[in-house]
Amino acid sequence: MSELRHISRREFLKRTGQAGGGLVLALTFTPGCGRAGPGPAGINAASVAPNVYVNVRSDGIVEIICHRSEMGQGIRTCLPQIIADEMDADWDRIELLQALGDAKYGDQNTDGSTSIRNQFDLLRNAGATAREMLIAAAAAEWGVPAEECSAREHAVHHEGSGKSADFGELVDAAAKLEAPTEAPFKSREDYRYIGKSMDTIDGFAFTTGQAIYGIDTVLPDMLYASIERCPASGGTVVSFDDAKARAVPGVVDVIKLPDPTSPLLFNLLGGVAVLASNTWAAQVGREALQVEWDLGANGKHESATYREALVKSATSAGKPVLTRGDTAAAFKAAKSLHEAVYYAPYLSQAPMEPPAAIARITEDGGCEAWACTQNPQAAQDTVATTLGIDKEMVKVHVTLLGGGFGRKSKPDFIAEAAWLAKQTGRPVKVTWTREDDIRHGYFHSVSAQYLKAGLDADGNTTSLLHRSCFPSIMSTFDPGATGPGGFELDLGLIDNPYDIANLQIETADAKAHLRIGWLRSVCNVFHAFALCGFVDELAHVAGEDPRDHLLKMLGKPRQVDPADDGANYTNYGLPLENHPIDIARIAAVVEKVADMAKWGRALPDGHGLGIAVHRSFLSIVGSVAEVSVDKSGKLVVHDIWTVVDAGTVINPDRVTSQMEGAAIFGMSIALHGEITAKDGAVVQGNYDSYPVVRMSEAPDAIHVHIMESTAPPGGVGEPGVPPVAPAIVNAYFAATGKRVRELPLRKAGLT
Amino acid sequence: MAIELTINGQAVSLDVDPNMPLLWAIRDLAGLTGTKFGCGKALCGACNVHLDGQVMRSCVIPVSAAVGRKVTTIEGLTADGNHPVQVAWRELNVAQCGYCQSGQIMSAVALLERNPKPTDDDIDAAMSGNICRCGTYTRIRQAIHKVAEGQS
Repeated sequence: MSELRHISRREFLKRTGQAGGGLVLALTFTPGCGRAGPGPAGINAASVAPNVYVNVRSDGIVEIICHRSEMGQGIRTCLPQIIADEMDADWDRIELLQALGDAKYGDQNTDGSTSIRNQFDLLRNAGATAREMLIAAAAAEWGVPAEECSAREHAVHHEGSGKSADFGELVDAAAKLEAPTEAPFKSREDYRYIGKSMDTIDGFAFTTGQAIYGIDTVLPDMLYASIERCPASGGTVVSFDDAKARAVPGVVDVIKLPDPTSPLLFNLLGGVAVLASNTWAAQVGREALQVEWDLGANGKHESATYREALVKSATSAGKPVLTRGDTAAAFKAAKSLHEAVYYAPYLSQAPMEPPAAIARITEDGGCEAWACTQNPQAAQDTVATTLGIDKEMVKVHVTLLGGGFGRKSKPDFIAEAAWLAKQTGRPVKVTWTREDDIRHGYFHSVSAQYLKAGLDADGNTTSLLHRSCFPSIMSTFDPGATGPGGFELDLGLIDNPYDIANLQIETADAKAHLRIGWLRSVCNVFHAFALCGFVDELAHVAGEDPRDHLLKMLGKPRQVDPADDGANYTNYGLPLENHPIDIARIAAVVEKVADMAKWGRALPDGHGLGIAVHRSFLSIVGSVAEVSVDKSGKLVVHDIWTVVDAGTVINPDRVTSQMEGAAIFGMSIALHGEITAKDGAVVQGNYDSYPVVRMSEAPDAIHVHIMESTAPPGGVGEPGVPPVAPAIVNAYFAATGKRVRELPLRKAGLT
Repeated sequence: MAIELTINGQAVSLDVDPNMPLLWAIRDLAGLTGTKFGCGKALCGACNVHLDGQVMRSCVIPVSAAVGRKVTTIEGLTADGNHPVQVAWRELNVAQCGYCQSGQIMSAVALLERNPKPTDDDIDAAMSGNICRCGTYTRIRQAIHKVAEGQS
């Protein structure tokens, strides 16, 4: 991976547009010209950078800087599509560089499906301002009004005179200008790349072993580390015997890490590190360690008893977070009542590449790290805190990520490498084993939910109570956090889209005993599982077709604002005016996905169709699953149909691939995923005890349709996941008449 | 002790514990990082290489077992990166994060060498040792069929 060429302080740096977003114009000079100091602006400029995301070289190559992390979602293809389109740059004349962690790029935290939905305008502006700068440069050179010039196919053209100049030829002239901070965007009909399925930019590297991930970086004189951590979250080392570990050939040192302190945040998790001349020696040495632990406050955490407590809380009076009408009165007036408890376990992200990072201490006392991080600025912060240095002294190179799914938003493993580098005075690579990853991660929360509905004589749902109970992600940051709160309520709980006259949504307390973090689509996973499953239950209670009933429950076209019912809803950080909870769009997705699956058709014996729809991260995804159950009880998922309304899409093939991947990820959650704890420790450890879907279980086909839309873009990486598990559970009911309210299905003996 | 290996057609001498898994010898000592670590227990296939043309999980094979045999890693599959399987992978944009794809490709190449016209069931049987957490399975199936059709 290329290291981004950094613009040194010696080089000409001119700040423009302080109020307009702080875009920086910087000139880099050819070697020999720039070394002695800046020459006069515009002389022999080797390149011109209209902003931090674009650098136009005099050889005509447009360098585009990707400040977001690539973990399979395709941002390294989609980001240059947007910038190159607005610039009218040729696709085969761009070079993509990966940005370091640096606040000058704005938000680099690649999670929450935010790259496009939050930064589409930022990226368009980066391309548009570069284009306008080159146009202005050409106009100045030719002595014609800029309004008479236009950019097309990597060149600026003047129609009147017939003059044209390649972008590279305009670098010198552009270097004399200040870059604009804002520029008009192209019209949608003029897009060359936006909306096109451009091939994955890293495709060759991916298929030839040349792609470099966090685990792959190598530095001279590097030590390889493997760390034994306390089985219970937050526990500490009482004593350890490293004699056998040190006797392992290749082992260089054994070092105890500082004990963890509360809150755990992204900081060091403690333990004992074995450092060696290769990864294997470090792992063998680590196995030879003998460590006595103080398991600490979480040492008695045990999943079965914890589950009882969660269910008890979920079925007891809770804290209202949304109130519409009078649910209690409506329950009394109802013709019939229906209630259910849904339970879903802890999950691990388990990306194929486990957490891995390398760090070295620089001559000036700073730190340089290479890591598979979703959040390089948080990595800077955490390393700086760990080493007691300024954030500016921490340089974080972002490698490719071998999957992220939320795990790699947390830079704890980078802090480990940095701290060990500081202790040893040598570069250190920390590679988590799969067992480390599954036992010591930041877990998707375990949850219990209680739902109760009142129906009238016609089978209409007139009242609904939904109470959600789970240990909060906030507990990782605030040990006093006692249960769901803040943004977690926005994730499929208080944004309930259904047209129910009396709606009460509540939360209940739950203390955390593991590090809780986020996993692809976060709380939407279990909220959609329960709500979409329960809505399907109500269809059968009412004796109605699940699709028709779902549309009836959604009700008339309208826009829903949870604030109307007293909820504090933040809509994924963007205004509801631009990204409404739009019932017409949700219903259109339901109708389309049902049509694709030929809903209502005759099915073979033992087969069933299930449907679910869920809006998350500002996009709507509907899924239908066709399953069968054979005489032995084995469940097979034959096909999955997915329809996504993500507003404007940049690369339909990458959106399709995300929906395909989400179907498999959702299947893993539905069929297999379960983390449990005993004596404070996670029981599972590898892909045998924590299975994920394999090729043999993959559906025959995953059929994806993207709704045509000119609405602002929604998220793509996460929204495909939530409807998958409920669609499968609902299909299982259709096939067997048996309702499953607990994940994974493996526990019911179905896989 | 010195272990003499032939990796991607080149003789390599590694000063290594003979019990070290081939994976770590390839990655940490031979410096070829295209072969990936995923589980360390022969569960995921990210570490798949060819030993005399047979798919092997390098994370559990001691390096000593590779002596006298031809080790082929993803880097050595072709000189130009244009093996029909690699080409099909790119044409269908199979990879998402890409991390498991070295192992997937090594498995697919071996499958097609012994069974040029695999059915879906053949593919499922041959490829189920390779986990892809991104969920690219349906495209992998398509890509293998595409190669098989191209060979007809």
